Amino acid sequence: MTSPVPLQVEVPPPAAVSAAGAPVTTEAIRADAPLREATLAYLLAIGDDEMLLGHRDAEWTGLGPILEEDIAFSSMAQDEMGHALVWYTLAGTLGAPEADALAFLRDTTGWRSARLVELPRGDYAFSLVRQVLFDLAEAVRLHGLARSTWVPMAHAATKLSQEEKYHLLHGRAYLERLGRASEDSRARLQAALDEAFGYALGLWEPPPDEARLVAAGITPPSADLAGAWLAAAVPFLQACELAPPVTGGPDLWLPTVEAVVGGRTGDHGDDLALLLASMQGMYRSDPEATW
Amino acid sequence: MYGDPSEPDPAVRARTVEMAQYSRAWHFDPYHQRLGFARDLAPAEVAADTEWSSWEVFQQARRGEHHVHVGTVHAPDAELALVLAKESFARRGECVNLWAVPARAIAATAYEDADVFVHTTDKSYREPSGFQGLRKSVHHSRDEEAEGAGGEP
Repeated sequence: MTSPVPLQVEVPPPAAVSAAGAPVTTEAIRADAPLREATLAYLLAIGDDEMLLGHRDAEWTGLGPILEEDIAFSSMAQDEMGHALVWYTLAGTLGAPEADALAFLRDTTGWRSARLVELPRGDYAFSLVRQVLFDLAEAVRLHGLARSTWVPMAHAATKLSQEEKYHLLHGRAYLERLGRASEDSRARLQAALDEAFGYALGLWEPPPDEARLVAAGITPPSADLAGAWLAAAVPFLQACELAPPVTGGPDLWLPTVEAVVGGRTGDHGDDLALLLASMQGMYRSDPEATW
Repeated sequence: MYGDPSEPDPAVRARTVEMAQYSRAWHFDPYHQRLGFARDLAPAEVAADTEWSSWEVFQQARRGEHHVHVGTVHAPDAELALVLAKESFARRGECVNLWAVPARAIAATAYEDADVFVHTTDKSYREPSGFQGLRKSVHHSRDEEAEGAGGEP
């Protein structure tokens, strides 16, 4: 198949990563209370994104469109939960509760995930489009975090980015085919994109006190990451014959829809409560149980 | 329903012929089935939106080793076959390379003909262990290695 869609989706590095700063040690972060709080908020934000998306994707297990895709998507769901565990464990080194407690004992207001990942799985087009938008965002974010001045975070980001390569191969393979297969398949993807895009922009809602992290070189600014994400996502989606809601051009894409924000401060929709009831019910029925 | 048997409707006749071949060829062993059914009756191009074709997957654990057949995936084309094979077969264990081969490209012998593989008379002289000189030299070189590595003179 000759395709205008590149084999590997290009993910540009964020515009300005201030990786020039001196390395920041875990002890230094623990000793600086405001910096510790900001770092924990950031780790919870990105960990919660992965955990909830992994749960939503796992809802397709046994229901996928064909057996092979069911296996592939379920496996990617496990990957996302594995990423959540990495970020939760890193948060643990700064004094956060253990990963099980973070995942299964927090109520809605404690979650710092973007609104995108709490949305119901929808039809397969929606789950695919959400996954691709998220994977592009994750690839961009990991690209930036790989140069964090906090070495454990840089190492984790480098390690996790290996899995994003397959996720993007998978998503590109489907979107480029379904975007051009038939009017029905294209329309379903476009409807999913229209629904998800504003929520996906919400992935870039900065966690509280992000400026402190940026100043220390621990994370790049979310605004820079958002620009890099648009630069990666828009040409890719357009090559798949989809129309992301943006204006501008290759130099600067500007969304024409509002980002759906609030998740980073614990302001969620009704879907999260239902998701948590499903995800946490078993664990909460006996938190002391050994699995 | 089938009309006059002496003058069957061409469409019914075509379907009847197909079903006859199908039932003759059908077997739960996919290799056997492919010989009689898929190879002869499958259209050259399967419509991707209704029926995906079968791709046999071969996995290589380490560079330089043989690719080993690990199973089959359904996919509309080679690339998606590889994408799906990765999670179906390579999510556990070692893998550095996958092949996906259209199942219809594979020719197979029939199990009915398996008697051609039976060794009726003693053919042990063909087995590696049948070569006395080889066995001796293998043992000899092993002894040399052991001496070189062992440190005991």
